[in-house]
Amino acid sequence: MASAEPDVKVSANGRMGRRARWHISTESYLRAAVVIGFIALIEALCRSGIIPHNTMIAPSSMLMNSIDILHSGRFSHDILTTFGNIIVASILSVLLGFGIGLALHAVPPARRAVEPFLSAYYAVPTFIFYPVFIVVLGVGARPIIAIAVLLAVVTMITATLNGLDRMPTVLHKTALVMRLSPWRAALHIKLPATLPYLFTGVKLSVAYAFIGVIASEFILSGSGIGYAIGYAYNNFQNGDMYGLMFIVLVSVTLVNVALNRIDRRFQLRRKR
Amino acid sequence: MTLPNRASLKVVDIAAPCDEPASHPSADARIVDVTPGADRLPITQVKEPHATLSGVTRYFNKHGSKERFHALGPIDLTLYKGEFFSVVGPSGCGKSTLLDAFAGLAKPTDGTVTFEGHVVKGVPDGVGVVFQEDASFPWLTVRDNIAFGIRMAGLDAAEVKRRVDYALGFMGLKDFAKAFPAQLSGGMRQRVCIARTLVTQPRLILLDEPFGALDQQTRLLMGDELLRLWRETSATVLLITHALDEAAMLSDRVGVMSARPGLFIDIVETGWPRERDSTVVSTPRFGEINARLWDKLRIESMKVMGAGGA
Repeated sequence: MASAEPDVKVSANGRMGRRARWHISTESYLRAAVVIGFIALIEALCRSGIIPHNTMIAPSSMLMNSIDILHSGRFSHDILTTFGNIIVASILSVLLGFGIGLALHAVPPARRAVEPFLSAYYAVPTFIFYPVFIVVLGVGARPIIAIAVLLAVVTMITATLNGLDRMPTVLHKTALVMRLSPWRAALHIKLPATLPYLFTGVKLSVAYAFIGVIASEFILSGSGIGYAIGYAYNNFQNGDMYGLMFIVLVSVTLVNVALNRIDRRFQLRRKR
Repeated sequence: MTLPNRASLKVVDIAAPCDEPASHPSADARIVDVTPGADRLPITQVKEPHATLSGVTRYFNKHGSKERFHALGPIDLTLYKGEFFSVVGPSGCGKSTLLDAFAGLAKPTDGTVTFEGHVVKGVPDGVGVVFQEDASFPWLTVRDNIAFGIRMAGLDAAEVKRRVDYALGFMGLKDFAKAFPAQLSGGMRQRVCIARTLVTQPRLILLDEPFGALDQQTRLLMGDELLRLWRETSATVLLITHALDEAAMLSDRVGVMSARPGLFIDIVETGWPRERDSTVVSTPRFGEINARLWDKLRIESMKVMGAGGA
C-alpha cells in the first residue's frame, strides 16, 4: 500500500491551521511499486500455468470471486459472525488492557512483579488453551472471543503503561494544582495525554483480534470466515477460499489505513 | 516548632559591608533597603502575612538507595499580601522545592507551611502555579486550554467566556484562540499557561522560572506583562528564577539562596514603586541591586561548581 504523509500548513494567525496536503514520497512510490509488481508477477505466473490453477488462482480471479461472494450473500452469515466477534474482542481487549494497565501503573510493586510475564507473554502459543476454553465456555463465539482477547490484551496493557510513563510530570502537577479528583484527572488529563500512545495499543489489539478470531474459527467453530476458508480448502473450492481470503486482506488493510489516519492526527497533536 | 521569621527582621543600608561570613546563612538573612532616603518603610513592616514557611526542611532519598540528602532548609519565610517576591540561587539549591512547599505539591520533611492562616495540606484554594516546563494541553485549543481550570471548577459558561476573552486579549493571544499548542512558539505556549492560571484569579501566584525558555527581549516584555497583571490582580507573587536581572527588575524583595541545602543568605528589598516596568533596568539603582545579588550568589555558585568539579 502506498502511504501518504500529511503536510501540515500553519496559517499566519495560527487559526484553522490544520490543512493537510497529501503528497506521496519516493519511498511510498517504491513501496507501491513492489506490491503492484508482486501482484503482477503472481498474476502472470497463474495465467501462464506455472502456478497450477488448483494451487492458486490469479489475483484478478480472487477479486472477481470476492465480489461474487459479497454479491451473492452466500457467506454473509460467516462474514457478519467473524466481524462481530472481532469487534467484541477488540473492545474487550482495549477496555481490559487499559484498566489493567492503569491498575499496574498505580501499584508499582505489582507492576514490577508482572512485567517479566508481560515481556515473555507472546512466547506462549495461546492457541494451546483452546480445549480449556471449550470446556469452560462451551462451543460458539465465546471461546473464540476469549482466545482473541487473550492474544490482544497484553499489547494494550503495555501501551497503557508506556503512555502513562511518558506523560510529562508537569501534567500530573497541573492536575494537582487544579485540585482535580483522581477520577477527573484520569478522565480529563491522563486519558487525553496518553491517547496517542494508547492508540498504538488499540491498533495492535485490533490486529491481534483479527488474527485470534479468524485463526480460532479454523479450529473451534462451525461458522465464520475462518471456518468457511477451512471448509473451502478441504473441499478444493479454490474460488471461494481465495475469494474469502481476499475479503479478509482488503478488510484488514482498510481498517489499518483508517486507524493509521486517526493515529497520525494524534501524533500531530502530541508534538510539544 | 515555630521559628521566628528571620527573613524580615533587619534593615541594613546598601553601603554596609556585605561580605562578612555568615555562621548560619538563614539566620543572617536581611532586608537591604536600597531606596535613596531613609524615610521609606520597608514593605515587611506595613504588610500583612499571606503565606509562610516555618522551619521548613526537605530531605530526599537518593535514587535507588535509602541514603538521604538534605535539599532544603530549615527555612523561615513570610510572603506579604500583594508583594512580589523573587528567589534566586545556584542550580540545585532547592528553589523549586521551596515553591512546591508553598503550593502544597510537596510535603516538607519538617516544618509548617501556611496560606492565609491555614496550614497547607495539599494544594490550597486560591493558589495558582505556572511551571517552567510547557504544561499546555496539546489536545486542546488555546481557548480551551485557558478555560480548562475554570470549567473544571464549575464556573458558568458566560463567566468562563468573559474571563477567557479577557485573558486572550490581555496576553496577546486573541488571534490564536483556535490554534493548538503544537502550532505555537514556546513563548506563546507559556503565555497560554500563564493565562490559564490567571483566569482562576489566584490570590497567590507561584511562578517556577516561567520565562526560562524565552529570549532576552521577550523576557523583558513578559516581565512588563507580569507586573501589569500583578498590579491589576493585587495577588501575591513568588517568582523562582535563575536570572538576577529579572528578579531585580520585577520584585519588591529578592531572596538569595545558598548552595544545597538551600537557605536564605540574603533578602534584598528593591524599593521599586508599585507602578514600575522594564525601564527600571536603566537606573543606577538596578545596577546596585544586581551587583548586590551577584555578590552573594557568586560565592554560592562557585561552591556548586567546586562540588561538581571535585
